[in-house]
Amino acid sequence: MAPLQFNMEIPEALLLLFALLTGIAFGMFLEKAGFGNARKLVQQFYLTDMAMFKVLFSGIVTAMLGIYWLSYFGLIDITQIYINGTYIWPQVIGGVVFGFGFVMAGLCPGTSCVAVFTGKLDGLAVFAGIFAGLILFAETEPALSGIINASSIGDISLYEVFHMNYGVLTFLISLVAIASFWFAGRIEERFSKQTKGPSL
Amino acid sequence: MKNNEARPYWNPYIVGVGIGLLIILSFVVTGRGLGAVGAFNGLMASLVHAIAPDYAMSKGAYSAYLAGVEHPLKDWVIIEIAGVCMGGLLSGIVSRRFKFEVIKGPGISKITRLLFAFSGGLLMAYAAKFTRGCTSGLALSGGSVLSPGAWLFMISVFIGGYSVAWLMKKAWN
Repeated sequence: MAPLQFNMEIPEALLLLFALLTGIAFGMFLEKAGFGNARKLVQQFYLTDMAMFKVLFSGIVTAMLGIYWLSYFGLIDITQIYINGTYIWPQVIGGVVFGFGFVMAGLCPGTSCVAVFTGKLDGLAVFAGIFAGLILFAETEPALSGIINASSIGDISLYEVFHMNYGVLTFLISLVAIASFWFAGRIEERFSKQTKGPSL
Repeated sequence: MKNNEARPYWNPYIVGVGIGLLIILSFVVTGRGLGAVGAFNGLMASLVHAIAPDYAMSKGAYSAYLAGVEHPLKDWVIIEIAGVCMGGLLSGIVSRRFKFEVIKGPGISKITRLLFAFSGGLLMAYAAKFTRGCTSGLALSGGSVLSPGAWLFMISVFIGGYSVAWLMKKAWN
């Protein structure tokens, strides 16, 4: 039963090899989508190219459905998987600031790696900024610990918050996804005609 | 298509489904999804530790990545991100998109672009400490296991992004 790591002996070297191969595939997908190019990625925020939204949301829905059905058929133990903890205000305010940074950089931490390794020097500047941000954080952390740990509601999931059935929620999210993909296509069509977006 | 021309980008939905399948595989094998900014945390901690070990252990932001780890560079997410770099390089070469250049809009200088890129990186790294993850580790992976924080984060990133996009318009288009 999955997760395999917790239910059978897997040598550490094999897990690290798996990490490397997973990463290689992830990096290739990001590059093939054009996400090593900051100017293409950032078009999401000018509504001329919604590739970022499409990749992000179709990735989430695919994984969400896969994990749901695996758990439905008893192939994965949902209680053993890692669910990111929720800290309401830190994640809301942090998310908004992250969004500011995203539009300035045109890249996120993961896609900045693809940018750097396809020769994009602006990606290197993002790298430097990330390290500077981490140094700044390490120096200012003691004064911030109250804010950082505020409004924690633990490692629960959305269907527990809404007291909903897991399957019903995944179904509803899938419906929202299909509607939003249609809508994203329409928006793109309209705005790329209007502004005749940059040729990338 | 000329031979030296960049190959076309893949359909975003094909890439999305591919990444989704990768996340499923990762949960099946390891019980967790993919990450990105965590690798920078681990690298930074081991870098500071190599230069000034006592100092690194005195700062919670670094020691959290050093305690109980046999060697921080053997961390899962660091190896995964090393893979992302390799995969990006391979695909960039095959797709003929590997080129030393500064990607920017026509209206700004290279220096301005690099300053924006640096500032953006700084803001994202600082913010990711509050959110406990970035677009990969929190939005993508956390979103697919229905973490409420992941969804809040994702919505907030779009709100933040769209609210400054008009200010940054000249930098891009």
